Amino acid sequence: MSTWNLGSVERIALGEGRTFRAGELEVAVFRTRAGELFATQAQCPHGQGPLADGIVGAARVVCPLHAYTFDLRTGCVTQGACDTLRTYPVEVSSTGEVILHV
Amino acid sequence: MKKKLVVIGNGMAGARLVEELLLRGGKERFDIVMFGDEPYGNYNRILLSNVLAGAHDPKDIFINPLRWYEENNITLHAGVRVVAVDRHAKIVRGDNGGVEPYDDVVFALGSSAFVPRMEGTAQEGVFVFRTLDDCDSILKYIPGRKTAAVIGGGLLGLEAARGLLQRGMNVHVVHLMNHLMELQLDRTAGGILQRTLLQMGLRIHLEKATCEILGQDGAVTGLRFQDGGTLDCDMVVVSAGIRPNTQLAREAGLTVARGIVVGDDLASPDDPHVFAIGECSEHAGKTYGLVAPLWDQARVLAERLSARKPGATYHGSRVATKLKVMGVDLAVMGEREASTENDEEVTYAEAKRGVYKKVIVRDGRIVGAILLGDPEAAPGLVQSFDRGAEVPENRAELLFRLDGGDGRAAASLESLPDEAQICNCNGISKGDILRAVRGGARSLKVLCESTRAGTGCGTCKGDVGALLELAAGDAVVEDPSVHYYVPGVPLPKPELVEEIRARGLTSVSAVFRELAGGKEDTASKPGLASLLKTLWGKEYVDERDARFINDRVHANIQRDATFSVIPRIYGGVTSADQLRKIANAADKYGAKMVKITGGQRIDLLGIKKEDLPHVWRDLDMPSGHAYSKAFRTCKTCVGTDFCRYGVGDSTGLGIAIEERFQGIESPHKMKLATAGCPRNCSEATTKDIGAVATSGGTWEIYVGGAAGSRVRKGDILCTVDSHDSVLRYMGRFMQYYRENAKYLERTYDFVERVGIEEVRKVVVDDVEGIGARLDADIEASVQAYADPWKEVPHVTQFSEKLEPLEPVLARASGE
Ligand SMILES: Cc1cc2nc3c(=O)[nH]c(=O)nc-3n(C[C@H](O)[C@H](O)[C@H](O)COP(=O)(O)OP(=O)(O)OC[C@H]3O[C@@H](n4cnc5c(N)ncnc54)[C@H](O)[C@@H]3O)c2cc1C
Ligand code: SF4
Ligand code: FES
Repeated sequence: MSTWNLGSVERIALGEGRTFRAGELEVAVFRTRAGELFATQAQCPHGQGPLADGIVGAARVVCPLHAYTFDLRTGCVTQGACDTLRTYPVEVSSTGEVILHV
Repeated sequence: MKKKLVVIGNGMAGARLVEELLLRGGKERFDIVMFGDEPYGNYNRILLSNVLAGAHDPKDIFINPLRWYEENNITLHAGVRVVAVDRHAKIVRGDNGGVEPYDDVVFALGSSAFVPRMEGTAQEGVFVFRTLDDCDSILKYIPGRKTAAVIGGGLLGLEAARGLLQRGMNVHVVHLMNHLMELQLDRTAGGILQRTLLQMGLRIHLEKATCEILGQDGAVTGLRFQDGGTLDCDMVVVSAGIRPNTQLAREAGLTVARGIVVGDDLASPDDPHVFAIGECSEHAGKTYGLVAPLWDQARVLAERLSARKPGATYHGSRVATKLKVMGVDLAVMGEREASTENDEEVTYAEAKRGVYKKVIVRDGRIVGAILLGDPEAAPGLVQSFDRGAEVPENRAELLFRLDGGDGRAAASLESLPDEAQICNCNGISKGDILRAVRGGARSLKVLCESTRAGTGCGTCKGDVGALLELAAGDAVVEDPSVHYYVPGVPLPKPELVEEIRARGLTSVSAVFRELAGGKEDTASKPGLASLLKTLWGKEYVDERDARFINDRVHANIQRDATFSVIPRIYGGVTSADQLRKIANAADKYGAKMVKITGGQRIDLLGIKKEDLPHVWRDLDMPSGHAYSKAFRTCKTCVGTDFCRYGVGDSTGLGIAIEERFQGIESPHKMKLATAGCPRNCSEATTKDIGAVATSGGTWEIYVGGAAGSRVRKGDILCTVDSHDSVLRYMGRFMQYYRENAKYLERTYDFVERVGIEEVRKVVVDDVEGIGARLDADIEASVQAYADPWKEVPHVTQFSEKLEPLEPVLARASGE
């Protein structure tokens, strides 16, 4: 497992997601309106949709391509039928930076 | 400090209101006091006919016994009649001399039986049929009597007659009109019902006006009619209609028409602390004599009084009711007869079995139905009627369950293999759908959500619904949310708009916070954003995360996650210079395809997201809005500019339209076109809005056309004689559509739902007097337009997509 610093939380717009690359791996990191952070695999398992471009609400993300919907806490699909998303631990450090473990 | 709420009337409406109020925590806000002049708790009045017939014991029909009032700390003055309401002193006076002060008072007085003017009504053996006591007196009088007459062949009269028959009497129904139940039934249905009742043993006398109740020694012996005839009988039940109880309100100085007049807030226009619900009230010129509307009213008023939704409003009820004259199945809804020449009537009659079915269809939707003797068809019809659903092409499917399933469609669906694809957009098979139903998806909405079937172009939704019925049968449930504007906020559009305005909610997050208990719903965000922008214009507080990705980056996401970029080319007219710019951008940013679209624009496909701001800059043309639920394009033909046939300047008009309405947000996309003559080369009659030049210098404006998976020729809105007028009426229609359509409702569904006559009345004839306001509002949106491609790019979207980051700590896993 490796740990990455994504910089200030401001780099992810409130209520949206953003894609980061950690080495070879692409990760979508989300910051909900309630201020929680989540990280998942960047592409939708259904048709490779860019999940960070999806709509986020409460702790869910809706893929922009065909609207499959996932629970960000567990990665489980809540609408549609496809695989579970891989999720990664993410936290904010005492200095206000986003720390991702992959 | 708790306030005091006094409810006058302890019937169906009054008691229901209190129940609804308790459900919403009303006990914390109010001390509740009720008056009821009947000496009981409250009971289900509908079941009185069953009590009369002996099918129910009186004690079985109580909804809330006296104990319930005690347990809920409600003071009930049972058997006390209110004789005065003093609005200045804010007190209510009972006939026992008691006085109750109030902060708010609700009139729920119901109606009284109407007894027409005739002689002899004061004798022993004359009854009305309204209360438990009436029922009791009738039953007590029966022993030793043989023949009863019921005056009035309406629903209640027939119920009474049937009850008396059940008690072994000879029963005559005397009716003034030429067929039974004329308020609900047409003549044929009335005739068939009469036949059924005759077979049961009732005697029926039509077109008979009773002028005297004959008697001897103060007791009934018969009836005398206006035509001179007489009828012997031992008792009479008068059931000639009801009159709302309004005396008390009149004396309190409230406005009373047929009932106590109330507004959408269910309050009297004369006094914000006085409310009226149920049969005694009159809303929008209507009084109701059935329970369904009063349930709606009780709910709305409870929302207001409990302050759960202080802005809740009542907008009238569509009455679809199943009525049961013991042993006769009857459901009626909406209108009784066709009223316009375009109305279709689909009927089936089988007098011998007492079956009659009639459905009135207007513009493809049910506006009324009568179903006699076939209870099975009723639930489906009531549902279609309530939802305003489109009726099947084969109208017979409305009346019959063909092939034992839900019509033809169901039969063929049933035989399909499980792998058969039902939803092509999302690749959902019959098996997927059946599994989801078995897994508990019992409403169409839940089913579509959990499988995604029907959420693409929507054409398969009918099949999905039919499969649901096949698999779930009676367990299908209706979602209240089909009426909501967006699924996550439980309000239909007019109420939602009202709340948003009243509370000054200018951002999507504020709407969730105030109207959805703080619960965000992803599916609702874009719809709310669109609505708020329409309502607030410049005051709208934009939250990027409420926008779909297309609207965040002003381009259309494609299946490989690249974007398609379409610059605006007004009216489809471009120049060599613009074409060079477009060609250069295509080269520079590696467009995978350059395509002429169906709307006469040029599409650059396969652009990478991070290149978008550069493409805009290089193009230096405005955004073509090929994304967004907004006005898109106005397709044109060459009209008088070049065409041999052109009689109108369709190109100039198209450009003017596009310049004016570019980027205007709306419930769904709007595609427009103009044609220089009725040859219609730009297909203007199958667009959301189109204008076609006709000889004589006029333009016909069409609205609600479609050429997608459904084809529909638009309806003519009006004919005008100048470009300016075209722009004015198009703008007015757009604004009307923007304000009234549901989210994602295309103009063709909207125009069908509202009806072109209604649209024309508002938009052209301006019967509501809102024309100038609509013009001003669309003008404000035009003025507020800013080219999104000129916006400062949203940094966190557009900075390079992937950021290689220094691993701060690279550890071995497991450490
Ligand atoms: C026999 C029968 C069968 C029916 N069948 C159906 C049916 O199948 N389907 C259907 O939808 N509807 C049916 N209805 C109609 C339905 O019962 C009424 O629409 C409904 O009861 C109206 O409710 P309400 O609260 O407005 O009036 P009510 O239920 O009549 O309640 C009003 C109460 O206020 C009391 N009151 C009046 N004035 C005062 C005062 N000054 N002080 C104190 N108390 C007062 C009255 O005595 C009464 O108890 C039927 C009605 C009857 C009589
Ligand atoms: S619609 Fe009429 S005016 Fe326009 S191009 Fe066709 S024929 Fe010519
Ligand atoms: S790619 Fe995500 S839903 Fe299809």
